[in-house]
Amino acid sequence: MATTGIESWAVDLKDIGAIYPFQGAEGLFVLAGVVLWLGWHFIQIRAENEEYDGIISRHGDDASINEALEGE
Amino acid sequence: MEGNLNALTTVFTEFYYWATIPLMFFIHIGFCMYEVGASRRRNHLHTLMKNTMLIPLVTITFFFFGWWLYWAMPNGPFITGGLDTAAAEANTAWSETMGPNTGDRITGVFWAAFLLFSWTAASIVSGSVIERIKSGAFWVLAVVIGSVAWIIDAAWGWHYGGWMVQLLGYHDAYASGVIHAIAGGFALGVLVVLGPRLGKFAKDGSPRDITPHNPWLVCLGLFMIYAGFWGFYVACNVPIIDPGGIGGQITGDTWTATTIYLTPTTLGAITVNFLMSLSGGLLVGYLASKGNPFWTYSGGLAGIITASAGNDLYHPIHAMIIGGLGTYCAYKLHYWVEQKFKIDDAVGAVAVHGYAGFIGLVICGFVLWGHPSSPYEGFATINPLGQFVGAIIMFFVLGFVPGWIVAKILAAMNLLRIPRQVELLGLDFASNREEQAAAADVRATEKAAV
Repeated sequence: MATTGIESWAVDLKDIGAIYPFQGAEGLFVLAGVVLWLGWHFIQIRAENEEYDGIISRHGDDASINEALEGE
Repeated sequence: MEGNLNALTTVFTEFYYWATIPLMFFIHIGFCMYEVGASRRRNHLHTLMKNTMLIPLVTITFFFFGWWLYWAMPNGPFITGGLDTAAAEANTAWSETMGPNTGDRITGVFWAAFLLFSWTAASIVSGSVIERIKSGAFWVLAVVIGSVAWIIDAAWGWHYGGWMVQLLGYHDAYASGVIHAIAGGFALGVLVVLGPRLGKFAKDGSPRDITPHNPWLVCLGLFMIYAGFWGFYVACNVPIIDPGGIGGQITGDTWTATTIYLTPTTLGAITVNFLMSLSGGLLVGYLASKGNPFWTYSGGLAGIITASAGNDLYHPIHAMIIGGLGTYCAYKLHYWVEQKFKIDDAVGAVAVHGYAGFIGLVICGFVLWGHPSSPYEGFATINPLGQFVGAIIMFFVLGFVPGWIVAKILAAMNLLRIPRQVELLGLDFASNREEQAAAADVRATEKAAV
């Protein structure tokens, strides 16, 4: 049994519809995609905030900022 | 596909929309070039990533729910009918027609053409907020404009059965409003909450010019957007359809290209009008800005955007004059709003897209007054009031208001704006330090090898 449901191309194409694998599980695929999407935002936002916190703790003093601006 | 003619029409339509997509990619490349060119050296990489990463985020969300909104919402809902779940069913993310399917050759390419418009809407906003917005905040906003707000406006006013077309006679063939006015309005809503870049305004309130670090990149980026705009225009048409396929009031059996409203036009017409409105914008942009390259190129863009609502029907001279008029107004409005309301729109996107798009819709109502907005019986004809109300809906209701609300929520959660110290140090500060340290290390190693 093929994952696509197509065992042979000895068919009339007008009788064939979807040709991707695991038909019938589209809802699960979409659910997985939505979870990945929302998870990506959470991970990214946390990482971005940590990045800024790290920069400020190491280089956020007035001397470092003045040095950086002079180098611009 | 029954019969050779039907097969040929379907395969041609499939290829036609496919060809618009790589062309529209140039719009995004152009936006990236122009945004990076306009930013200062200390912010380049984050600026580039901010715009680039809207591509996957808007793409997947447009797949999850954006496309469904377009097909479900033409009636409002509850203005001319309920949710059109029957039409939307084949366009849900879990529909069999959204994947490889020998029985449907059009949904995929049509989806992708609309998606590239979604990127454009989000990318317009991206440029105006550079150098102080958190990337994560922008990406949330990009999903809101790219996969929700603009596609609702498309369902309402850029669909052959949209309620705005039916009741208002709304006409916006090449998206003056449905892409440009909404994106400009959305950007303005975000900018009001976000605030200007540090140092943009002097203590007495006068604006300072934060000049692009690379005018070449900015201008080439805008030039690249012109190139991609060809794909945008072509993608707005239905390439070939017979009156029987439209099923409206058109008689006879003459096949035609149509707008998204299924009203007849020709590729020849929009090609000439694109070039004439571009020319009107460039000519006026040059004069108004006294030859400033950034505003001259932006003027070309504003010219096309202003004339786009009616470029399926305008005489080429109309297109040129309307393009020039919109450009002049957008240029003047940009500086007036900047001075009066202290709005720091880093690339002039609100003016070039928002004001020009709004003005273009209103002008279209006068110039095309009385022309049928649809091939179907019972639809309002194009008129100034309908276009003005449409412009308000695009710029304010679906643009400014959602942008302002979502930005307010993000600001309340302290997610909108980067910390003051990071803005001064530069978004790329950490990576620039690493790069300098690596270069120093290599130099030291090389000296040791002498």
